Amino acid sequence: MSLINTTWKHVRRSPYQSIAAILIVMQTFFVVSMFIFLIVGSSRIIAFLESQPQVTAFFENETKQEEMQVLKEAVKQTGKVSATKFVSKEEALKIYEEQNKDEPILLEFVTADILPASLEVSTYKIQDLSEIYTLLKNAPIVAEVIYQKDLVSKLTLWTNALRTVGITLIAVLGISSVLILVIVIGIKISQKKTEIEIMRLLGATSWYVRWPFIFEGMLYGVVGAVVAWCIASGILWYATPFLNNFLGGVSVLPFSSIILLEILAVEILLGILLGVFSSFLAVLRYLK
Amino acid sequence: MIQLENVSKMFGSGAYGLTEINLSIEKGEFVFIVGPTGSGKTTLFRLLIREMLPSQGSIVVGDFDLIKLPHSRVSHLRKKIGVIFQDLKLIVDRTVFENVLLPLEVVGVPVSEAIKRAEELLGQVELTAHRDKFPLQLSGGELQRTAIARSLALSPEVLLADEPTGNLDPTTSREIVNLLGDINKKGTTVLMATHNADIVNEFKKRVVALQKGRIIKDEKKGKYELD
Repeated sequence: MSLINTTWKHVRRSPYQSIAAILIVMQTFFVVSMFIFLIVGSSRIIAFLESQPQVTAFFENETKQEEMQVLKEAVKQTGKVSATKFVSKEEALKIYEEQNKDEPILLEFVTADILPASLEVSTYKIQDLSEIYTLLKNAPIVAEVIYQKDLVSKLTLWTNALRTVGITLIAVLGISSVLILVIVIGIKISQKKTEIEIMRLLGATSWYVRWPFIFEGMLYGVVGAVVAWCIASGILWYATPFLNNFLGGVSVLPFSSIILLEILAVEILLGILLGVFSSFLAVLRYLK
Repeated sequence: MIQLENVSKMFGSGAYGLTEINLSIEKGEFVFIVGPTGSGKTTLFRLLIREMLPSQGSIVVGDFDLIKLPHSRVSHLRKKIGVIFQDLKLIVDRTVFENVLLPLEVVGVPVSEAIKRAEELLGQVELTAHRDKFPLQLSGGELQRTAIARSLALSPEVLLADEPTGNLDPTTSREIVNLLGDINKKGTTVLMATHNADIVNEFKKRVVALQKGRIIKDEKKGKYELD
């Protein structure tokens, strides 16, 4: 109780320093939250794309069902294919209608005849796609092949770049947070030098003097992390309808509350570690 | 209770604060440490609470050999010794009550027990009416009594009072020394540093006289004489 009271007194008596400390921690954890959202989101997009038919071959208009069947068997015989699916002209129309149900003008002149039938092929491994692609492309009955490997690898490249930038940014902000917390707690220790000296003369142990400062650092870490999480989650919640619209059929959002709470728990833990580490450095530096 | 053998303290400048001090004080004694300013009274007290180490010699306080005492156990020693500092060392932004409560908080006495003890001490030094005042709102005598109450909080075995009557009028000075006498009667060993000759002569206790860091006189029922 006395520890909490003393810590609260430290915070209350120099509010601007405390606010500065909380703000810098908050800034760091805001970036951490956004970074986690982006990483989770992009890995969901990649997983979605990887689970989709990865090569789609569109047949020439006059292709017969038997010819299509022969090509399907040839693809299957490679042993690298996990699934194949025919999409007939009628099915293609249904998909088209579903995708454009809000745009009646687009539906008006489209019939099943002008849409091509297609064969969707999924492979077990993404690296086998190029072989299947070549096989399909060389078939005379195939008009066009859409190949998603490029998209996935580009997205993976982007995600990796994002990861590097994010980690660098978080490292820089993390170091700034530690330094600012060390300075803020150091100033507070200096302000209380006389009081600390008196407490020591009255028999206070080193840890009795240190604890309130360590606890104060911990408090800044936790408050900064929680506030940052609330803001980031609020922004995500607000932007979810827009992002869902933007991402089309890819189911990335909303994140379940369990994931959000897990992120909060991790951030609180990191906040505690950051606060304790910083205040411990300050205590070692200023409370010899 | 307190044993100093051949203790010298030399400061960085090369000046001696104390030179070859041999002093033995029994449990329950009341001793005046007298001498002019700079004679080494405060240095002696600082050595006794291990605020500093002597340049040579040995110091034993109760069960503590101060030369061998590890830093981590200094707090244990200080809990056994109450100190009324020359500059009082009261915390200015804490009330009288909070200042008295501080040593009890420091050693982790349960809150309700600490509050009861602090109230009891304020009653003993007649400061109950001033419990919520800050040090700046108190007179010299009240400040001294606050410092005395705080020094007694942990029922110390030894009480070191460094010029507790400095800057006080004769009546208040007498009250303070009477209070220290009462504490001594309850079994606490009291060492009082002073250069108030009237008080020393009136109370007829053991007097240890220091001059330029050396003991020049040590008399039972002594008087304030530095010649």
